[in-house]
Amino acid sequence: MTRATPAATPSPSWTPDQPIVRVVDVHKSFGTFEVLNGISFDVRKGEVVCIIGPSGSGKSTLIRCINALVPVSAGSIAVEGIAVTDPRLDKLALRRKVGMVFQQYNLFPHKTALQNVMMAPIHVLGQEKREVEARARALLAKVRLAGKENAYPGELSGGQQQRVAIARSLAMRPDVMLFDEVTAALDPETVKEVLVTIRELAEEGMTCMLVTHEMNFARDVADHIYFTDRGVIVEHGPPATFFASAEDERTRRFLSQVL
Amino acid sequence: MSALDPNRPSDLPVLLPFTLPKDRPAARLRPAHLWMLTAFALVALPAWAQGGAAALSPLEVVIKWAPLLLTGFAFNVAISLMAMAIGTVAGIGLGLAMLAEGRILPRLAWCVTQVFRNVPWLVLLFFVMFLVPFQVTVFGLRVPLPDWVKATFGFSLPVMANVAEIVRGAVRSVPNTQWEAAESLAFTRRQTLWRIILPQCAKRMLPPWMNVYALIAMATVQASIVGVTEMLTLTAQVHAAEGGRPELFAPLYGFALLCFFLYCYPIDRFTAALERRFETR
Repeated sequence: MTRATPAATPSPSWTPDQPIVRVVDVHKSFGTFEVLNGISFDVRKGEVVCIIGPSGSGKSTLIRCINALVPVSAGSIAVEGIAVTDPRLDKLALRRKVGMVFQQYNLFPHKTALQNVMMAPIHVLGQEKREVEARARALLAKVRLAGKENAYPGELSGGQQQRVAIARSLAMRPDVMLFDEVTAALDPETVKEVLVTIRELAEEGMTCMLVTHEMNFARDVADHIYFTDRGVIVEHGPPATFFASAEDERTRRFLSQVL
Repeated sequence: MSALDPNRPSDLPVLLPFTLPKDRPAARLRPAHLWMLTAFALVALPAWAQGGAAALSPLEVVIKWAPLLLTGFAFNVAISLMAMAIGTVAGIGLGLAMLAEGRILPRLAWCVTQVFRNVPWLVLLFFVMFLVPFQVTVFGLRVPLPDWVKATFGFSLPVMANVAEIVRGAVRSVPNTQWEAAESLAFTRRQTLWRIILPQCAKRMLPPWMNVYALIAMATVQASIVGVTEMLTLTAQVHAAEGGRPELFAPLYGFALLCFFLYCYPIDRFTAALERRFETR
């Protein structure tokens, strides 16, 4: 992809050979309830990482901490050298690098699919409208929604809305994409079309972090799988070894239930 | 002193046990009564209208004074429209202040809203009428503040508070996930509010806003209590000018009633229609 506008300058200390996302001993509690209890891992550029685990194990909280939607209680997170956990964080700079797709799509219901994709580049990045529109149309075509440009979210199926949401995120030209259980609210038939879109993105070299319950998808697409339970990473590894020879008892039990 | 006789009628003002006479007919309107009433009206009304050759009939009085009374009604409409305009602008500001970040501003705005929402409009009106001077000097220029301008200002205060509450409620009704989505796309809080949240809830704000307008339009007659020349004041003056004849009371005030009803009822119906339309969406 060509870059018409210069990306936000990364932290000078960061080089592409370093991990693009760095999570170090992150703790998060809501009141007295500890959701994350010391999580550390690195994601390299172009890597596809899946986070799996039982409900309430803190997967979504973890992914929300990475783009500062949720503040951490302790520990540190850095994205391309930007300290997410720094209180003086430039949220604009961070969120230009990190795209996020939600379980409930969260499209803006008063805007058409095309306008949903165009809004952030125009109003946040101040890019030129004609150029943004051309790119937005290309992105909608890429997620196989050519012809749906002028449809409002309410007129689209769940899978279509989720693909608009992916296009909307991509319009900001992020370096990392976060997917928070993006197929959990979809009908089984439409899950596939969304997963195909994500797989294409991964194959283009986009760094992706997915919280997912789609084990077969994780096995096919992920470079690395993390299994979390009760706020800690219990087991991790590349899919081949992870699915074949999980050592931890809880992981094995979970896998036997979902596979 | 004689012994107390329970059967002796007491001359003290006490309420004796009440027993209903068994053969007493129940009071009920029968067709015969209606005929009697109609006959009475047929006889009485012409006599009423013809009473005194010089006196005009009630209808003629209303027609004669209608232009003046309608001018008064126009004043009511003007006061209500201006109060609504001022109150809406101020109310949107106050509502957004309640939604602002920080500690002091939202609380202050909340207090102001609660105060003006929970006091009688008439009391507010009295306060404004007697606290605001009859003229102000701006850069050496004397600007007179006639009573109706002060009344307009007085009515705009409750409008402001109610509109503020409408704005706050509408913004709160938009799911939090919309804020999250906008935040993750690097929109600032202000951009999110103006570009994403408010456009979504503008529709929702319309019916309650029109409700406030219908209420304020009807409330403008309270200005007559503080001496503003509007329809109700003029009605009273017309009544007095016609010699205060008791039979003119109902037609003159009925005319005022009719004007307000014909003005406010369509607004109410339109509001209800809008509400229904937004519900089905």
